Amino acid sequence: MQALYAQLLVGLINGSFYALLSLGLAVIFGMLNIINFAHGALYMMGAFCAYFLLSLIGLSYWWALIIAPIVVGIFGMILERTLLKWIAGLDHLYGFLLTFGVALILQGVFQNYFGSSGLPYAIPDELRGGMNLGFMFLPIYRGWVVIFSLIVCIATWFLIEKTRLGAYLRAATENPTLVRAFGINVPRMITLTYGLGVGLAALAGVLSAPINQVRPLMGADLIIVVFAVVVIGGMGSIMGSIVTGFALGVIEGLTKYFYPEASNTVVFVFMVLVLLVKPTGLTGRAA
Amino acid sequence: MPEVNMAQAPAAMAAAKPVLNVRNLEAWYGESHILHGIDFDVNAGEVVTLLGRNGAGKTTTLKSIMGIIGKRTGSVGFGGKEIIRASSDRIARMGVAFCPEERGIFASLDVRENLVLPPVVKRNGGLTLDQIFDLFPNLKERLKSQGTKLSGGEQQMLAIARILRTGASFLMLDEPTEGLAPVIIQQIGHTIARLKKEGFTILLVEQNFRFAATVADRYYIVEHGKIIDGFTNSELQSNMDKLHTYLGV
Repeated sequence: MQALYAQLLVGLINGSFYALLSLGLAVIFGMLNIINFAHGALYMMGAFCAYFLLSLIGLSYWWALIIAPIVVGIFGMILERTLLKWIAGLDHLYGFLLTFGVALILQGVFQNYFGSSGLPYAIPDELRGGMNLGFMFLPIYRGWVVIFSLIVCIATWFLIEKTRLGAYLRAATENPTLVRAFGINVPRMITLTYGLGVGLAALAGVLSAPINQVRPLMGADLIIVVFAVVVIGGMGSIMGSIVTGFALGVIEGLTKYFYPEASNTVVFVFMVLVLLVKPTGLTGRAA
Repeated sequence: MPEVNMAQAPAAMAAAKPVLNVRNLEAWYGESHILHGIDFDVNAGEVVTLLGRNGAGKTTTLKSIMGIIGKRTGSVGFGGKEIIRASSDRIARMGVAFCPEERGIFASLDVRENLVLPPVVKRNGGLTLDQIFDLFPNLKERLKSQGTKLSGGEQQMLAIARILRTGASFLMLDEPTEGLAPVIIQQIGHTIARLKKEGFTILLVEQNFRFAATVADRYYIVEHGKIIDGFTNSELQSNMDKLHTYLGV
């Protein structure tokens, strides 16, 4: 039974990363209509940012949680202004290829300087140790990751679904020309949205650093699963990507317990099933 | 056709102050040249209607003024400033509000969100929400509905209502009566008359000239991307034959 709970927890943790990453992808897809394949590389940059902050200037994990998303977010906004802007309105394939190329370049650069093995990043002192819940032992850091990710996901959902800024975003997703004709600077909003989505990826990177180490290819491994999550949840759906992210993490964890051989493929089997039954995803709108 | 400067044609309004001066406005959709030199003026407090057949360039004229059409040349003066090169968000913030033909109600927003979406561009100029609900009582009861769940008439009212609270005093309405029942058309007519009384300046595009005749002060006829004639409401009766020829009705 202990093993089942342990796998469930691992599932929830992975689910947190899936949710944060697919949420960013959903926000970016909704607004820019771009399938951001660079997302995994930007997640990796978030983790590296935390590593540099600690090893070069001694800024702790808590600072990294704030600074890394901002730094990587700004990097993303520069990317949008200099590269992605030019392919707006073109076929999805162009955005896919461009961001895929960006991901390869970023990963290549980091690999060149840091190799493929992981750099250690210690769990902050405040979150060390564990708690005995009676039925299982919960490492505090892991519990923190799940709860903090959930809070960030819900805050993002609230921002988009319940605020005025979110209403601009949703409206601009439908009809950017008209929203601009109401006096809203839509190009600037697109840049900020990309920055927000990328910032979420970087945040996930910081959260993951103490668990998974900091590696140039940490995002490349993850992003494939995240894309499956996005496809299952439905492209562009905010709540869909959060719920699907956590749910698939748990399903993966359960599979690891009951039938470990299938744990790496269960998400993709799920994706195929969903695509067969509901091609727009569980909560998605038609593209 | 005699070349006259249509901007000055309706002499009755010559004394009033123009808010909008359009001179030699040309516009393109991709390769196709749609507007071939549009000239007209709109004075403060007037309701001016662009009449013309389908495809004459009326909608394109509005979109060019709004800055939505990518390639445009000539001159558009608004409130004394040249806006031909300005982006549409800047034009909107100068006080031009646009209600598109397809209404542009957002499906992912509820009625309230649709209503308050356009940001306030000029303080103290716009109607309050209470004044808007006074004009369109239906909307108040449906604030929580999804925008696109409204009837066609309600959507049109929402599309007009949302540009009234921004403080923009110059409204461009593109075929507000299209596809609506006569009783709704009448209600929209009353609304436009009321807005004129409140001091709004309105540039209207219409195919339904019977409707336009109930609200407009002046008319311009658009054909093949040019203004070919213009007259005031009082000259309407004596120009009826010409009008029938222009519009083919």
